[in-house]
Amino acid sequence: MEMVISILAAAVRSGTPILFATLGEIIIEKSGILNLGLEGIMLIGALTGFSVSLASGNPWLGIIAAFILGAFITLIHGFISITLKGNQVVSGLAMTIFGTGVSSLIGKAFIGKTIPGLLKTPFPVLNRIPFIGPVFFNHDLMVYFSFFLVVFLSWFLISTRIGLNLRAVGDSPRAADAMGLNVNRIRYLAVLIGGGIVALGGAYLSVAYNKMWTESMTAGRGWIAVALVIFAIWNPTRAALGAYLFGGVEAFQLRLQATGTSIPTPLLLMLPYLLTVSVLIFISIGKGKGILFGAPASLGQPYFREESD
Amino acid sequence: MELQLLWVNPIFVKKVIKRTNIKYNFFTINLINKERECHKEMNKWAWLLVLVVFFTLGSAALAFDPIPADDLKIGFVFVGPVGDGGWSYMHDQGRQAIEKAFPGVTTMYAESVPEGPDCARVMEQFVRNGAKLVFATSFGYMDQVIEVAKKYPDVIFMHCSGYKMADNVGLYFGRMYQARYLSGLVAGSMTKSNIIGFPAAHPIPEVIRMINAFTLGARKANPDAKVKVVWLYSWFDPGKEKEATKALIDAGADVIGMHADSGSTPQTAEESGVYVIGYNNDMSSYAPTKCLTSSVWDWSTTYIDIVKKVVEGTWKPENSWWGMETGIVKLTSFSQDVPGEVRALVQEEQEKIINGTWDVFWGPIKDQNGNEKVAEGQKMSDQDILSFSWFVEGVEGEIPVSQ
Repeated sequence: MEMVISILAAAVRSGTPILFATLGEIIIEKSGILNLGLEGIMLIGALTGFSVSLASGNPWLGIIAAFILGAFITLIHGFISITLKGNQVVSGLAMTIFGTGVSSLIGKAFIGKTIPGLLKTPFPVLNRIPFIGPVFFNHDLMVYFSFFLVVFLSWFLISTRIGLNLRAVGDSPRAADAMGLNVNRIRYLAVLIGGGIVALGGAYLSVAYNKMWTESMTAGRGWIAVALVIFAIWNPTRAALGAYLFGGVEAFQLRLQATGTSIPTPLLLMLPYLLTVSVLIFISIGKGKGILFGAPASLGQPYFREESD
Repeated sequence: MELQLLWVNPIFVKKVIKRTNIKYNFFTINLINKERECHKEMNKWAWLLVLVVFFTLGSAALAFDPIPADDLKIGFVFVGPVGDGGWSYMHDQGRQAIEKAFPGVTTMYAESVPEGPDCARVMEQFVRNGAKLVFATSFGYMDQVIEVAKKYPDVIFMHCSGYKMADNVGLYFGRMYQARYLSGLVAGSMTKSNIIGFPAAHPIPEVIRMINAFTLGARKANPDAKVKVVWLYSWFDPGKEKEATKALIDAGADVIGMHADSGSTPQTAEESGVYVIGYNNDMSSYAPTKCLTSSVWDWSTTYIDIVKKVVEGTWKPENSWWGMETGIVKLTSFSQDVPGEVRALVQEEQEKIINGTWDVFWGPIKDQNGNEKVAEGQKMSDQDILSFSWFVEGVEGEIPVSQ
């Protein structure tokens, strides 16, 4: 039981950075913009979060700064895809390369330094629930914020007018435009807020999880998040499940090794990706039959207002 | 029957030649073809002769002309970012030492180069940009180094931590296991639960050797100590290193060793209040109160020595495996928690190693199952040490079976 709790708590802990990135990407993709720059934005978020925390001594300032800078960096991608109507795949990949490069360049000065960072704050009352308490409510405040974000986004995307507008813009910008919505403005807002949340994933790594900065410290988590968006079928709750699954498999295999059980670990590590591929196949089959699940219909397509069908 | 036998032989010769890393050419084939006409009994001797001829040809290495420092361009291939604060960082310090020692020399580097085909492209790019000397600083570049070196016979390649050489490929490495052994003494003395955790990067001979030396040290100081190994399957992933360290602490470890490239493990140990032994560079910046000592690299002497040989034209393909006496590996200063008698023990063992009166892999050594692998009075050869594929007694963990 101890072991199960420790694995699940580790799953939540190590799934949180991926969860933030996935939630941010869901907002962006729901508006119809494909953003493959997660890895780069996360790294910029990680560096901003760390450096501002180090300079100010306040981890929250770092996290807020990461959100703001992440939002503005993603705006570059937004400008290219929304206003210039450029190729979103190319622009997204460029964001990754840019973010990795610029964070390594500026980050050189911060190597080897540590910060007290965000400390563990057991959630009052809830942390005393057996099992659930130690698994979910014995972390830092950012983890609780990610729970809130999952619940909020699930409600926001489905049950609010703004959420509906966002989805309309992503599914059929032409229809949304005819309804009188400002497609570009909604897309820009989605990119700004989504980008900020993605950067929070990076900041979580450097301020709360590792409490240090090293180059390329995301180590591919941005790409896992890209896969997770598909795995989650653009649904925030499933994104949380997916992120914890990815994190949990990792924690599980390491603990298996530490206790001396021998299951081929590459097999376990492969599992979440295998599931992602299966979901992708599932979605593609559905698409052929005209069923969309949660996928935004005009994902990755720039919207030209003048064009007639 | 006879025909078949004759037909098999050339293939065998090719295989042997391939294994010994000697280029075979049309000359060999001609010899082999001629040999087919020979009598069956002659045949056996004939191909042996062929081998002997090629061994001598292969070992008659080309001499390289001196390269003036002002014309010398050097390329470095790093497996991680130079800012990893670990392995690649220490190599980069060595690179900077070259620039200081030889002001005319130009150095270039490529960081985060994945092991595998990609690194061949990077090395070729260096050569095209005029590099006359290329340092490949990770084990997994080995086959690509040999492949690229074949293409550019006038460029010198130095491969760190591998075991394949050629006319223009030399090897260099330090006997880190000696420092590892000493740090193991500290770990063994300080553990109370007798469980020492060890997050390790990849199950390759280099890492296995480190774990073995560390374990021998730990058990010399404390015969009941056990070293639990968790494989990360990654050289650099701070998040994963953190989780592996936590898993080991959960499993009862109260001292943590490490063989991965970031500072995440010491930091996690500090957070969890357990002792840690650092690696690569001084990890006390990540674990100010819990880092007992670190076994560290200092590449500057090696790099300066190699460059000097290249500049003077005395470079030869060698396998330089430098020991503790040269200062390439060492322990950083102890934390105040390390008691005097432990320091004395380390000092004593270190002197034996430096004087050459004893080394870590001298018998008796038993493997994990208690079978004697090296008898009392025997020494493991460098070849055996470099190709370790078994754990010594006291290690808890498995080496995945390789294909």
